Formats: sequence, structure tokens, C-alpha cells
Amino acid sequence: MSETTAHMHDDHDHGPASGIMRWITTTNHKDIGTLYLVFALLMFFVGGLMALVIRAELFMPGLQLVEPDFFNQMTTMHALVMIFGAVMPAFVGFANWMVPMMVGAPDMALPRMNNWSFWIIPFAFTMLLLPLVLGIFGIGGGGPASGWTLYPPLSLQTGDAFAFTIFAVHMLGISSIMGAINIIATILNMRAPDMTLLRMPLFVWTWLITAFLLIAVMPVLAGAVTMLLTDRFFGTTFFSAAGGGDPVMFQHIFWFFGHPEVYIMILPAFGIISEIIPTFARKPLFGYTSMVYATASIAFLSFIVWAHHMFTVGMPLGAEIYFMLATMMIAVPTGVKVFNWVTTMWKGAMTFETPMLWAISFVVLFTIGGFSGLMLAIVPVDFQYHDTYFVVAHFHYVLVTGAVFALIAGMYYWIPKWTGYMYNEKLGKWHFWLSTIFVNILFFPQHYLGLAGMPRRIPDYSVQFAEFNMISSIGAFGFGISQLLMVAVIWQCVRGGKKASARVWEGARGLEWTVPSPAPYHTFETPPAIDDSMVAHPDDLAH
Amino acid sequence: MRKENTVIVAIAVVAAVIAVTWGILVAPRALAPVNMTQGVTQFSRDVYDLHMIILWICIVIGVLVFTAMFTAIFLHRKSRGHEAAQFSHSTKAEILWTIIPIAILVVMAYPATKTLITMETTGGADMTIKITGYQWKWKYEYLDSGIEFISTLDAASNEARQLKSGIDPASVPDYLLNVDNPVVVPTGTKIRFLITADDVIHAWWVPVLGWKRDAIPGFINEAWTIIDEPGTYRGQCAELCGKDHGFMPIVLIAKPKAEYDAWVAGQQQRMAQEAEQVQRIWSKAELMTKGEDVYNAQCATCHQPDGKGLAPAFPALAGSGIATGPLRQHIDIVLNGRDGTAMQGWGKLLNEQDIAAALTYTRNAWGNDTGDLVQPSTIAKIKNG
Ligand SMILES: [Cu+2]
Ligand SMILES: [Cu+2]
Repeated sequence: MSETTAHMHDDHDHGPASGIMRWITTTNHKDIGTLYLVFALLMFFVGGLMALVIRAELFMPGLQLVEPDFFNQMTTMHALVMIFGAVMPAFVGFANWMVPMMVGAPDMALPRMNNWSFWIIPFAFTMLLLPLVLGIFGIGGGGPASGWTLYPPLSLQTGDAFAFTIFAVHMLGISSIMGAINIIATILNMRAPDMTLLRMPLFVWTWLITAFLLIAVMPVLAGAVTMLLTDRFFGTTFFSAAGGGDPVMFQHIFWFFGHPEVYIMILPAFGIISEIIPTFARKPLFGYTSMVYATASIAFLSFIVWAHHMFTVGMPLGAEIYFMLATMMIAVPTGVKVFNWVTTMWKGAMTFETPMLWAISFVVLFTIGGFSGLMLAIVPVDFQYHDTYFVVAHFHYVLVTGAVFALIAGMYYWIPKWTGYMYNEKLGKWHFWLSTIFVNILFFPQHYLGLAGMPRRIPDYSVQFAEFNMISSIGAFGFGISQLLMVAVIWQCVRGGKKASARVWEGARGLEWTVPSPAPYHTFETPPAIDDSMVAHPDDLAH
Repeated sequence: MRKENTVIVAIAVVAAVIAVTWGILVAPRALAPVNMTQGVTQFSRDVYDLHMIILWICIVIGVLVFTAMFTAIFLHRKSRGHEAAQFSHSTKAEILWTIIPIAILVVMAYPATKTLITMETTGGADMTIKITGYQWKWKYEYLDSGIEFISTLDAASNEARQLKSGIDPASVPDYLLNVDNPVVVPTGTKIRFLITADDVIHAWWVPVLGWKRDAIPGFINEAWTIIDEPGTYRGQCAELCGKDHGFMPIVLIAKPKAEYDAWVAGQQQRMAQEAEQVQRIWSKAELMTKGEDVYNAQCATCHQPDGKGLAPAFPALAGSGIATGPLRQHIDIVLNGRDGTAMQGWGKLLNEQDIAAALTYTRNAWGNDTGDLVQPSTIAKIKNG
């Protein structure tokens, strides 16, 4: 007892509280990072299960398993869970764990708010998932079924789930904004004195820019869904033509949020990949400064291209041409990134541990997603592609083999630092190869389906689409089951294994590798003195 | 010596990358169609050409980038004893790979913009068809000849697509891509489409025309086409519009001008006959028989064939206060729909006989014994104010 009291007065080296209260009351960036990552992993499987319901129903023509309305609930919830439950919280988890260690800060700038940013999320997801779960047990009308984009007037036909969905979106928005403020405050105020902006690792840079995007667009989403709420319950007609409103206006507002949102999910992925490739090429990142500028350009462009999601709503010709050209411009900074990664590998001394394999796979498959994105930008051709499986293939290449692959790569890269043990390399490689093979069996044939004329978001299809749907579904189950290997790897690695050294990887550079593995509960309580040998981007490389 | 090495490896890698590309883009053709249709209009062929140009640009860039990457992966690995170079930037290279993509994009943007401009020039049409999307059917109105009709999923597909129907979709001709009343158009004629919706957003898409357009309530979108070849062309609603979004197909039949004119004459005759039917007095037996058909085709998806409804969204009609209550209120709800529910106004979708028959049926079936007979002429009077 007296020992505990003594510890409480000692701000500097007390360890974590014990039991469940450690996790509920924690203000430690590493604990909160772990909470985010575990929650994201859980949601990855929840959303994945929904995807498997979808792919099981689409395994062959005819309706075998679920009613069309339930199918629509699955597509809607799969997207909401994966975007707001899995990918976004996972990146925030990485930011929590890594940003303070990478900039030489003792913790996040606003630790109590940090706790609250996380703990809002489980409540928000309870709200979001409740109508669906009750619906499965025959209570109420089920979850929202109008697609994650919530387009009115269709979304206004949602039953009791509507208010739940909107309330959950508001809570998630608040959490994201608080998280973003915290990250910006940490990066701008908490860096060690020698950690100049252009010495910062690229992961920190991409998160800094992402955080500004979040603060800019989450309120826009909140506004859009609030207008839906008042249209539904309080008699306003923002989106009803009969009352002088405009249903297309919702789409403009939604995608003003939605396009930056897709970069919120990919910019930190660029950051992770930009850490991993130099480490395993044993060579500095090529074109560091241009990477920073490219990230900033992509972020800027993301605000002025939103209407490429709605080329078929009937826009004026001038608007269509403008949005086409602006969207095509995104290919330029994105191309710069890919060229820089490849050039970083060129003349390196590469080894291919699991994180590097995922990173290489990311570069190839994300580039394929980028190509289909460029194709979708061409307005007259988009009149064919729009709302088909071609689009589904496109965004799954950038979000699954893009964002999710980067997250998995990052997990393998930093998990020795988190747990103090090396993961099982053999199992990791199995996980990699099975995932990479199955994910392509899953998503590549969807390009063919879309081009051959299969619309998206349909529970059943004509028999001409049978072959590739069956192949895609086989890929889905293979990919889904392969992810259990990841759980096994993480489980093993948390429990023990070969001890990890402080640097872990021969070619690793950066402050996080100067602290022991596992990283102590508190790191950098006094700012480290930094010399060029400790950072990946010493001053002489930064320009 | 090293330089030669790099070239040889690069050639081997480029061959491998090309082989893989061929394998994923061309080989699967043996299984089922993998590419966009060239269509049957000038616009659809232009779109196909643009699609192929941009695809080829992507393929060439992809092959170059992946060749460079896999060459490095093969040669510049630690296990081969390769020492890491330490260069970290090259302004020349970075400027080059910013400028070249911009140039490629400009080259691509020019034909794309040109094609787009022709599509958006809708003037000079020979005829106009108004298309209205409903949950979950299409209505076609020929503004020049006065023909109008509703087009819904055909009965065979509809039966087979029910959950666990036990019917093999492959045994149904054109499963999910067939309708009761196809939209018929002449070839070689500039047709203007006015596209709108009555409830939620839909999208009208026939791939061989080369475009789709959203059908938005309260807005009218314009599009046009000139079809070169006669034929039967199929498409689907492309914008999520509720539970039966997957079940509102489009069948477009293009006929040579003379055949089309004959079709128009036939349709006009049909419409005149229907107008006659509105005025005569129908017997109860006639109304009940027709009413059962109409009910099963239009109302039973939601209210169910036994009239018991589907709680909570779709109320029962058997024994309901409305179906056994005041007649005028019942008629108003059926004609105009109910705000805030999925009950739509059927006045715009069905003709007077259908509505009168369905009303008579629901007021006398499943133990609803009101004994009311609703005549088509009564509905016509109420509709016309
Ligand atoms: Cu976008
Ligand atoms: Cu529709």
C-alpha cells in the first residue's frame, strides 16, 4: 500500500496500473496505441465476416443465403466497419505508438484527451452495430442498407437504424478530430530540440498532413449527416426536390469529405512503406524532400477533385472537364512516390524479411489500384465504369492491398519493438504469400466483371457473370482464412520468442530504434540529443 | 561486365513481366468476357477506344516500373553480396519523372475531352423518350407518339430469384436481364432521353450505348444515342435504389425504321383500346380476376400474396383499417402513396383498370368482405380531379 502511494508521487518511472483499470484509465501513448490496434484487429474480422457473407451469396447466381435487404445491410456495414473501425483506428494506433518515439517526445501532447479519443470508439460501434445485431435476432428492421455513402432519398427510407447510424458517425468524427489535434500538437510542439521538421521520418510527415485532412473534413461529414437527420426527423428538405432541396447536393458535400477521406486512409500507408523500404534496402529513402512535397500536393489536390465520384449525375460540361483534369493530376505526385520507392531499392543491398515482402507487394498492387484510378478519371469512359465491379476492384486494390497491406507490413516491422520478441518469420512468410495470392484471386477478376457489365451492390446476377464471381469468392475465403495466421503470429510474438535487439533490423534508422526492445513504458523523458547517425534523414540528405 | 549483367537480367525480367501481364489480361478470355463492350453506337466505340488507349498507357508504364523494381530485387540483394549505394536524390531524375507523366496526361486528356463534348451535345434529336425510375421498375413515355408503359422484371426471372427458390438460374432465359415490356427504338435515329426518377436515385444503363445516367427525383437528365445495328440490348439499374436494386433490368430493342413504325401503330391501338375499357362497367368477377393478377405482380412483393404484410415496414392488408375502411381514403393512398413510407403513388404507374381491379381485390379478398366494387371510370374521375 505504502509502496503504491510512493509510486504515485513519482511521476517519472511508475509502470502501468494493473488489471482492467490499466486500460480504461491509461494516458500512456503505448497503451492507447495498443488499444487502438487491438480494436482495429477485432473490427477487421467483424468487417471481414460481413465481406464473407457477401461473397458467399455471390458465389453463384440465384439467392441461396440471405434476402436482398440483408445483403444491402452487409455491403453498407462492411464499408462502415472497415473504414471507421479497422483502417482508421489502426493508423491512429500506429501514430500513438510510433510518433512520440520517432520525434523524441515522452508521450502525446494531450494524454487525457488521447484516452477519451479511443474510448469513444467502442461506444460508437456499439451504436452502429446494434440495429444490425438486433435485426439478426428478429428485433426491429435491421441495420442501415443504403450503402455507406448514405445517399438520400434512399437513406431516408432507413428504419430505426438511421438515428443510430448518424449518432455513431458523429461520435466517430469527434474521436477522429480529437486524435488529429493530438497528433498535430505532438508533432509541432513535442519534438526533441534537434528533431527539425526535415529530419522527421516520413511516417511522421504523412501523419501530420493526414491529421490536417481529418480536421478539415470530419466536420463536413458531420454537417452532411446532420442535414440527413433533420430531413428525416424534423421536416427539413435539404435534399428533397419536392421541398426545394437538392438530392445531388448531398453527394457534393459527402464527397468533399469522402475524397480526402480516402487519402486519410492511404497517406499514412505511404509513410509506413517509406520507412520499411529504406531499412531493408540498406539505403536512404530516395527523394525524401520530394516525398514530403508529393504528400502535401496529394493532400491539397484531394480537396478539389470530389466530383469524380459522381460523373453520371449530370454535371455541366465545364465541371466534368475540370474534375477530370484535376483528378488526372493526382497521378503525378502519386507516380513520384512509386518512382522514389523503386529508386530506393535500386542498387541497395536488399533482404526480404516479412515486412519488406509486404511492402514490395504494396508497391506493385497499390500501383495497379492507381492505374485503375487513372482510368476512372476519364469522364466518358467513366460513364461505362461508374458503379460497376470495376470500381469495386479499384478501391479494394488501393484500400486492401494498399492501406491494409501497409498496416500489416508496419505491424511486422515494429512488433519486435512493441513486444521485445521476434515474430515467427516462417509463419509471417506463409501469411504473406497466401494473402498476396488470394487477394489477387479475390479482386482481380472483379475488373473483368465490371468491364463485362456487372453493376456493384447487387445480391444476384445473370449467369454470364458466374465464372469470375465464383473465382472471386474462392479468393475471398482464402484471403479471410489466411488472416487467422496473422492472429497466430501476433499471439506467439506477444507471449515470447527470440529476444529482439534494440535496433531489430540491420538497416533501421530512426529514434525508435535507439530505445530498448520492448520499448520501456516511458521513453525519452528527457529529450534525446540527436546526431545524424540516429536519424534516417540527416540534414545533408534533406535537400 | 556488371553493366551487361544488368541488361541481361532486365531483359529476362521484362519478358517475365510481359508474360504475367498477358496471363492476367488476355488468358482469362477463355473463361468469360473480360473487356468492355465496343457497343453499337459511335459514342460507345469512341469510349472503347479511349478505354484501350488509357489501358495501354497503364500497361506500358507498369511494365517499365515493375521491370526496374524486379531487376533491382534480383540483382541488388545482400545475399548476392551487393553493396548498397548511398545516393539519395537526383534533381534531374525527379524533374524528368514529373514532366513525362504530365505530358502523357495532356495527350490523354485531349481525345477524352473531345469525346465528352460530343456526348454533351444533345440538340437535333428526331424523337424523345422520357424514362422514369421507380422502386423497382422503369416507366417509358414516348413524347412524340404518346405511347407509355411500365417495364418490370419478367415473371420467370422473378420466380427464380426468390430466396431458395430451387430454380436453376441457368434454366431461365436471360435470367435477371429480361422484362415484360421492352423499350423499342428505331435504328439510325438520333434519340434524346430525358431521365428522371420518382422516389430514389436510380441509374439507367445499357452498356452497348456507351453510357449510364443517374435518374434523380426532381431533376431531368439528358442523354442521346444513335444506334447502328438492330438487336436486343440488355442493361440494368446501376445506382443502389433499395432492396430490389438488382432486379430492375432494361431491355432495349432496336428495330429498322419501318418495323419500328409498325410497332408504334400497334402500341397506339393498344392505348386506344385501354381508354375504351376505362369507360365501360366491369363485373365483380372480371375485377377480382384482374385484381388478383395485378396484386400479385405489383403489390405482393411488400404486402405478401396472403395480404399479411411483412412487419415492420410493410403493413398487412388483410383486415386492415384502410382496406376495410372508407373507400375514398383507400383510393387516395393507392393513387398518391404515403409520405415517409415505402408506399408509392401508383396513380402514375398503373392504368385505371389495374388500380380499380387491385382495389376491388384487396377490399374483398382474405376475409375483407366490404363488397365494394371499384370501377375504372371512378378512378379516372378522381385522377382527373
Ligand atoms: Cu475520390
Ligand atoms: Cu434502381
